[in-house]
Amino acid sequence: MTFRNVLALIAAALCLLALASPLGSVAGVSLSLWDDVGLLVFALALIAAVLGIVSRKLTGGAADIVMLVLPHSGAWYLIARLGIADQDLQAGYWCLVIASWLAAWIFVDQLSAKKPKSPSLQRFYGVVVPVLFGVWLLILWETLVRGFQVPTVLLPPPSMIGARFAASTAILWADFQQTFLKAVLIGYALGCGSAFLTAILIDRVPFLQRGLLPIGNLVSALPIIGVAPIMVMWFGFDWQSKAAVVIIMTFFPMLVNTVAGLSISSQMEKDMMKTYAAGYWQSLIKLRLPSALPFIFNALKINSTLAMIGAIVAEFFGTPIVGMGFRISTEVGRMNVDMVWAEIAVAALAGTAFYGVMNVIERACTFWHPSFRNG
Amino acid sequence: MLQVSQADAKSGVQNSDFSQLDKMGMEQNSMATDKAVSPVVEIKNLSLSFETNDGPVHALSEIDLSIGRGEFVSFIGPSGCGKTTLLRAVADLEQPTGGSLLVNGVSAEEARLNRDYGYVFQAAALYPWRTIAGNIGLPLEIMGYPKAERQQRIAKNMELVNLAGFDKKFPWQLSGGMQQRASIARALSFDPELLLMDEPFGALDEIVRDHLNEQLLRLWDKTNKTVLFVTHSIPEAVFLSSKIVVMSPRPGRIYDVIDCNLPRDRSLDIRESPEFLAIAHRVREGLREGHSYDD
Ligand SMILES: Nc1ncnc2c1ncn2[C@@H]1O[C@H](COP(=O)(O)OP(=O)(O)OP(=O)(O)O)[C@@H](O)[C@H]1O
Ligand SMILES: [Mg+2]
Repeated sequence: MTFRNVLALIAAALCLLALASPLGSVAGVSLSLWDDVGLLVFALALIAAVLGIVSRKLTGGAADIVMLVLPHSGAWYLIARLGIADQDLQAGYWCLVIASWLAAWIFVDQLSAKKPKSPSLQRFYGVVVPVLFGVWLLILWETLVRGFQVPTVLLPPPSMIGARFAASTAILWADFQQTFLKAVLIGYALGCGSAFLTAILIDRVPFLQRGLLPIGNLVSALPIIGVAPIMVMWFGFDWQSKAAVVIIMTFFPMLVNTVAGLSISSQMEKDMMKTYAAGYWQSLIKLRLPSALPFIFNALKINSTLAMIGAIVAEFFGTPIVGMGFRISTEVGRMNVDMVWAEIAVAALAGTAFYGVMNVIERACTFWHPSFRNG
Repeated sequence: MLQVSQADAKSGVQNSDFSQLDKMGMEQNSMATDKAVSPVVEIKNLSLSFETNDGPVHALSEIDLSIGRGEFVSFIGPSGCGKTTLLRAVADLEQPTGGSLLVNGVSAEEARLNRDYGYVFQAAALYPWRTIAGNIGLPLEIMGYPKAERQQRIAKNMELVNLAGFDKKFPWQLSGGMQQRASIARALSFDPELLLMDEPFGALDEIVRDHLNEQLLRLWDKTNKTVLFVTHSIPEAVFLSSKIVVMSPRPGRIYDVIDCNLPRDRSLDIRESPEFLAIAHRVREGLREGHSYDD
């Protein structure tokens, strides 16, 4: 029995269970699936669909479309019906949520069984799976938080965060500019850039290696909570002090990786440069830096994440009245958790995009490396 | 010398590929007459040992060898007898621990800084981020050749090793043998007078190897380059060389030097001739005795 059939049978069983279980109650009167025609139709349709999958009556493109449309429209309807009970929702409802989740899983399983020839289709499938994963994270989050009536202070549902996001784009944009475009990007560029130059200096003047590497190590071990207030004292409240914290955080990873990368080229490759009587800078630029690129990009990617953390946390220690870290710390104090989450969403999006951009540049620059090569 | 020049002029008309090389060859021939007295490589009582954790390894000892301009010298001997080490010492990639070593009349280091030689390593060692053309042009870039001349030399040398059309490929898209041919083209690109080749054809199939042996022989014949050539193949050594150096191991030393004066315009057919077989026999004997000496 295939994994897909197991999923399908469990989904069918859950739907049958839902038919016999209470959904919730209104004013003490228990509600069942038979009181809600929409959910009943959905449950029956889902049973028919998964049984069609198991019995191989539903296959090919039709199966794909059914397993894409049915669970997701069902999930949308389940969310729309979150308010049917006045107490916590009960087993019948949750059986349907889990069944539609399993049905979506079947869809993903169907997709990954396909081995498309065309690269654009491959890329499309590569995107669909993580997108569906994210969508289901949001669906489960929304239904669980609202279905169990979790206090919004603890965890607001995504719909509420989205509404807050849409209503405060002006503030979010100002915070994004202050924290990301100024502190993160400038600090990142300066931190990575100066670490890169230091690595070259260490390489050129080897005795510096013994002095500078331990100092770099020491600086990177400094706790950000201790450094941030000092930077605020030194460089003032505005973004400059945050950029300084980012510089401190990004310097060491970049330094260590670049130094390691510069030593990676093989003896034979270096000997070859020697037979051409190449000078230090020639062999640096034509051999050692290109071979160091995979290491350097490793550091650039790690640092893209570190820079976000550094800039946001540094704003907890004094800032003008704008910035993502500032907004998070003040809105938490005012119990505006939805705004906090909206800022977190901005930070997550910006951080992911930043990392993604570095990833794309890395692929363009190190296409020759065995881990990326194709054909 | 006169004879060689005539051969040059003749084949230059027949084969346009080599016309450029022919001209250079003739210039070098005339230069060679005044330099003929001083050998290209002069090794006296050279020894070289590596310091390792379990004591010194005597890779070379008491090496005496003089290689004149225009000679093709093959080094043959069992694995670990110091062939690579000797070649690397000539290239100033290893430092001798004793004796003297002159290349073109100056120290090995000066010769290296003068870019007097091209070195073909045992492995291709092409840079994966450069295309084949980019790899072949690398020494030219470093030596500051203008772009137009770089392109022309790249094209000529790719033709020479039968890689025309592969200029935009990356090394990892080529077979091992093609990579090795690209590395030969790279060493030839700046037209050094002295070629140091460490088992350049070791990884190639027999047919390609034969073809490249012929190409190399013609190149040597026409340009009067001096070649130091390491090989494990007796027929290859006899076919190519004007002198064969048989080495024996522990410590690495020269066991026999065999002169090999087959006609310069020989073809592969000569491998069936009695002279050829006689020399091959002597090389084989030398190798065998060098081995047993050690046991
Ligand atoms: N860098 C090194 N450090 C220590 N010992 C070395 C080093 N390079 C070579 N040797 C030793 O020197 C000796 C000669 O090595 P070499 O590479 O010159 O041999 P070879 O004749 O080229 O052999 P092969 O035919 O296998 O290429 C060997 O015993 C080897 O172990
Ligand atoms: Mg060797």
